[in-house]
Amino acid sequence: MAVTTHNRPRGTVPEQPSLLYRSEVRQVIYQALLIGGLVFAGWWVVNNVAENLQRQNIASGFDFLDRTSGFDISQTLIPYSNVSTYGRAFWAGLLNTLLVAAVGIVFATIIGFIMGIARLSSNWLIARLATVYVETVRNVPLLLQLLFWYFAVLKNLPPPRQSVALTGGGFLNVRGLYLPAPVAEPGFDAVGIAFLIGIAASIGLFAWARRRQMQTGQQFPVLWSSLALIVGLPGLLHIVLGAPLSWEYPVLRGFNFQGGIVMQPEFLALLLGLSIYTASFIAEIVRAGILGVPKGQKEAARALGLSNGQMLRLVVIPQAARIIIPPLTSQYLNLTKNSSLAVAIGYPDFVSVFTGTVLNQTGQAVEVILMTMGVFLTISLLTSAFMNWFNQRMALVER
Amino acid sequence: MSDTAAEVSLAKMRPPPHSTTGPAAWMRENLFSTWSNTLLTLIGLYVAYLAISGAVSWAFLNATWTGADGSACTRGSAGACWPFVQAKFSQFMYGRYPEAERWRVDLTYILALAGLVPLMMPWVRGKLYLSIYMLAIFPVLAFLLLYGGVGLEVVTTELWGGLLVTLVVASVGIAGAFPIGILLALGRRSNMPIVRWVSVGFIEFVRGVPLITVLFMASVMLPLFLPDGWTIDKLVRALIMVALFSAAYLAEVIRGGLQAIPRGQYEAADALGLRYPQKMGLIILPQALKLVIPGIVNTFIGLFKDTSLVLIIGLFDLLGIVQQNLTDSNWFSPSTAMTGYVFAGLVFWIFCFGMSRYSMFVERRLAAGERR
Repeated sequence: MAVTTHNRPRGTVPEQPSLLYRSEVRQVIYQALLIGGLVFAGWWVVNNVAENLQRQNIASGFDFLDRTSGFDISQTLIPYSNVSTYGRAFWAGLLNTLLVAAVGIVFATIIGFIMGIARLSSNWLIARLATVYVETVRNVPLLLQLLFWYFAVLKNLPPPRQSVALTGGGFLNVRGLYLPAPVAEPGFDAVGIAFLIGIAASIGLFAWARRRQMQTGQQFPVLWSSLALIVGLPGLLHIVLGAPLSWEYPVLRGFNFQGGIVMQPEFLALLLGLSIYTASFIAEIVRAGILGVPKGQKEAARALGLSNGQMLRLVVIPQAARIIIPPLTSQYLNLTKNSSLAVAIGYPDFVSVFTGTVLNQTGQAVEVILMTMGVFLTISLLTSAFMNWFNQRMALVER
Repeated sequence: MSDTAAEVSLAKMRPPPHSTTGPAAWMRENLFSTWSNTLLTLIGLYVAYLAISGAVSWAFLNATWTGADGSACTRGSAGACWPFVQAKFSQFMYGRYPEAERWRVDLTYILALAGLVPLMMPWVRGKLYLSIYMLAIFPVLAFLLLYGGVGLEVVTTELWGGLLVTLVVASVGIAGAFPIGILLALGRRSNMPIVRWVSVGFIEFVRGVPLITVLFMASVMLPLFLPDGWTIDKLVRALIMVALFSAAYLAEVIRGGLQAIPRGQYEAADALGLRYPQKMGLIILPQALKLVIPGIVNTFIGLFKDTSLVLIIGLFDLLGIVQQNLTDSNWFSPSTAMTGYVFAGLVFWIFCFGMSRYSMFVERRLAAGERR
């Protein structure tokens, strides 16, 4: 828009500005230059890569995924051994990443919500403690925290023979955390089915109670009755059937524990680090969300005679959720991305298995890095798709 | 009547009842108002006691203060091994930077502080000259001092390490990320479709992948991208990647600021006949950047913490050099690792916490201007 108008005598025809000064023309030129530059850079890079690969005798293409990997992975969710393919290693690593991310998200959310609410507590001491937690944890690099948990804490635990015994039959030692494993005996299926029926029935009950309240204004104690359905029904069945669930306790045999669930120190360190670090950010998000609900809303709820619980449930939480959920989702995404730091402590996550070991063995850097980035981009695009859907659903409808 | 009213002496003001002032009342109000509150306070006291007593006994009471090697720390006490930090302190600060040349690093720090400290004080005048110093003169001086040349002995970047590398990566990262971030933010809001798509593509791509994969890319893929015989210094590679990575995050922060500027400002600039660079540089960006200073500082804090990731590609920043020294067999003891991490954590914490406090200070100051 760089048309400068000069003083010109009346009546003369305004001279046509040079074509270069037309903004449309300029925009086309700029964009053509940009495309040209990018295409040239791309061509140059591809050319160099092809040349370099040829000189270093590195194969290209995705055939390597079907070749035998020849290395072991210490913890896998799917059957995997050193005769499995690189493709299988890809999935084993990816599932490990998703496992630690999923468990980490659960813990980070729980700790984060507790700390966020604690920071707003009217109790001075509790609020201070939560503040100290948040300010300490979020100002120290996550990688340092992971190394701390792994090398300074978990690797300093006593050997199996001097394990720390935990209440409930678990043990903690330098080899990891050993927990009792639930073992389902015949008849336990029925309890599981009862649990599912309980959930289904409570959903139905909720819908019915809501409809009835809309029509008649009468409330139904949904919370207690659904709790009875979900916990009570399977619990009762469990007792009637003679407790068909037993626990397999880890027992020290020789130099190590046998039985039970084992959590390796690498997994534990990653889980601790990710949960505690992300929770400090979630705490701030929760705090901001609750503070973001205007005071008038609470006063209005009080004026309507709502109880404390009702005020929280019907007025504060729905509005705070609208503020909290978008940044919360991006924290979940951060946690998933940060789980790639596992490479520093040797947890066999996706990046350490695939981008680390597989890349080193095959040398096919381009393919491996492209696949790595593809995986993370897919996760992040799915997350942002969810976020857009959520934002649309939750957007304030102005009436 | 007014006369009599004036004559009536005011009732002597009485102090508030004793039960509403003083520490006892404060405690009743804030700590023991209800039975559940009292319970919380007791739990909190217990937690605080555990944390403080644990920290004090580890760092002071049970700590080892002197010793020539790790055996001093193996006496069974579970406290910190401070001689380890004492012995390795200069490594933690400078890495393998030659001892005779370390004054150059210190001088660089002093030169940086000389520019940065007055720049950060809102009441100091002459910000323009300070900015020119920091943006144009200081980088040249710093490069000459740290790397060498012009009469100074050259110290290659393999010898750099410790806090020096952390600070170099962080400051070059932010200095590089800033202009790129502004361009990306403007590009994302441009009305030229191709510019917009390229910006959005870059931003979303970078924000979608973890920094560590970007660094991996720098260490294994970048050499493939270049013709045979070209090599880029490992530190420079990390610098480029960190700058590009933070630029994407910074772009989103700046875009937030651009969006918050009222349309009228854009239109007024157009009406004055300003060209695009003038409009952005003189009208829009100064306001937008001011709005998002907290966001920018947060990005910088994130970047500062992320510098620790360079240890994964084999650079020795503060954390990297601590990690490396933990394997020193002379200093093998059960508490060496904990001591090293606590020390590194403390250094990182001081920087990050300081920056976040500074950002809060700036935010309050700017908000004071808005309130008037």
